[in-house]
Amino acid sequence: MTINTTMPLPSSPERLPLVRAEGVRKSFGDNEVLKGIDLHVQSGEVVCLIGASGSGKSTFLRCVNHLEKIDGGLLWVADRAVGYRIKGDKLHEQSHNEICADRTDIGMVFQHFNLFPHMTVLENLMEAPLRVLKQRKADVRRRALDLLEKVGLSEKADAYPRHLSGGQQQRVAIARALCMQPKLMLFDEPTSALDPELVGEVLRVMKDLARTGMTMIVVTHEMGFARDVADRVVFMHGGRIIEEGPAEAVIGNPQHERTRAFLSAVL
Amino acid sequence: MSSLMSLPKVGTTRGQFTVVSARHPWRWVAGTAVAAVVVLLLVSAVSNPRFGWDKVALYFRDVAIINGIGITLFLTVVCMAAGVGLGVVLAVMQLSANPVVKASASAYVTIFRGTPVLVQLLFWFNLSALYPEITFGIPGVSLDANQIITPLAAAVLGLGLNEAAYMSEIVRAGIQSIDQGQGEAAGALGMSRIQTLTRVILPQAMRVIIPPTGNEFIGMLKMTSLVSVLAVPELLYSAQIIYSKNLQVVPLLLVASIWYIIVTTVFSVGQGYLERHFARGTSRSAPPTAAARLRKFFTVHSAQGSGKAGQS
Repeated sequence: MTINTTMPLPSSPERLPLVRAEGVRKSFGDNEVLKGIDLHVQSGEVVCLIGASGSGKSTFLRCVNHLEKIDGGLLWVADRAVGYRIKGDKLHEQSHNEICADRTDIGMVFQHFNLFPHMTVLENLMEAPLRVLKQRKADVRRRALDLLEKVGLSEKADAYPRHLSGGQQQRVAIARALCMQPKLMLFDEPTSALDPELVGEVLRVMKDLARTGMTMIVVTHEMGFARDVADRVVFMHGGRIIEEGPAEAVIGNPQHERTRAFLSAVL
Repeated sequence: MSSLMSLPKVGTTRGQFTVVSARHPWRWVAGTAVAAVVVLLLVSAVSNPRFGWDKVALYFRDVAIINGIGITLFLTVVCMAAGVGLGVVLAVMQLSANPVVKASASAYVTIFRGTPVLVQLLFWFNLSALYPEITFGIPGVSLDANQIITPLAAAVLGLGLNEAAYMSEIVRAGIQSIDQGQGEAAGALGMSRIQTLTRVILPQAMRVIIPPTGNEFIGMLKMTSLVSVLAVPELLYSAQIIYSKNLQVVPLLLVASIWYIIVTTVFSVGQGYLERHFARGTSRSAPPTAAARLRKFFTVHSAQGSGKAGQS
């Protein structure tokens, strides 16, 4: 089923991939949403997941930080099995505290931002580093202000999310995730809820982030972004990976008919 | 008769006309009728000597009445605190994934909401008939129920445990009103369940929880009058003690009623401030506080004519 156009190796080949999905399955009731996903993401790589809604790409992304529990296969992030502790030949389900500890390495950006509306922008950024990582307030504050400057929102530090545009809120959400200093960033359709004229500012921030070498998995419908920024594009359909390879190859010269049908519909 | 004939010429300005306000004759009729009823009631209240306004004035600041208010306030605050605390616990239990925990909380709510408070109060008051000795199942512990369950303790137990059932429903509705994405975002940041609840969910749920809780608080203030049946000298029972001696029933009931109105009014103002505090970040401009409204009221009046009127 899978067509590997080429083997992309942007980082040194001896390093293990940061994310390894091996036969990942997930069902909601009788509906099998993921039917065996195999995917490796190298450290520093930017991978875009594309496909029609219902293809399982968002579900897969949510499995990576255990917002959804997988029913089959194994998922590894930085050589730790997601959701399980391995002891001998047994997989022990992780406690909630262990899941939380593993999540601190993984930043996530949601379609609907999900900023905390009762906190100011700065408080949104500082909350988890202070309460979860128990870092020093002065350090966290400095880092938060630095990140706000990077996403171009220094002057909004004391504003409440409700007072910001959608694009500004999403940039804050990216900064909030980065304030945890994650190894991996997950983006779940980060621009889908935005007015068209606000998409650009968010994609710009993500492009800057990709340039810093951050490992990113991005579920997106922005083919332009995928073409410009992604090291690799993965096309999903019906809970399977149909085609993957360099952005130019998958988007510019798709091999599979389903990929061609999808791209001709969205481009 | 054609309206076309009266069509003004191009270039006509508003200044040429006199504006005639719309008339609302029925407003005058309704206003007059209601005002007449109010005047009649007032005249009756003032002219009927059996209202005993002089007695009302005499007993209004009676030391027993003031002490009664103290006990009423004490009961209200303690029972509400117990109700809110236990209510939050029950609400979290009701949303638990554990079926036993969930069912127990539901059973609690069913029992305490399904029976009248007065019956519950009498039950607690007569607890010693059920359990003459309270041991908590711990060997060596033996407490005399008759000594522990004083009328005041029965009142706190009865009102507090009953309130918890109502508060749990209010808190549960508040928690469920919060978008699921909030919990997911907190979880994705590595926050624990307790941190998510106390730092993210509950502070937002407060906006939904506070207004009905304010109503519960004011309801509780009035509900404390029920414990007069347990001979707890709160506001109503203090008034009853006095009128059982001097037979001035109506004036003393008026004294109690006026005090209830005063205290509930004060609390309503406080409730406004609380709602404002928990509305942080939810609207572009928070509603003005009572004090701000009062200030604005006087500001606008003193500024009339100086061109500042109408600015908010």
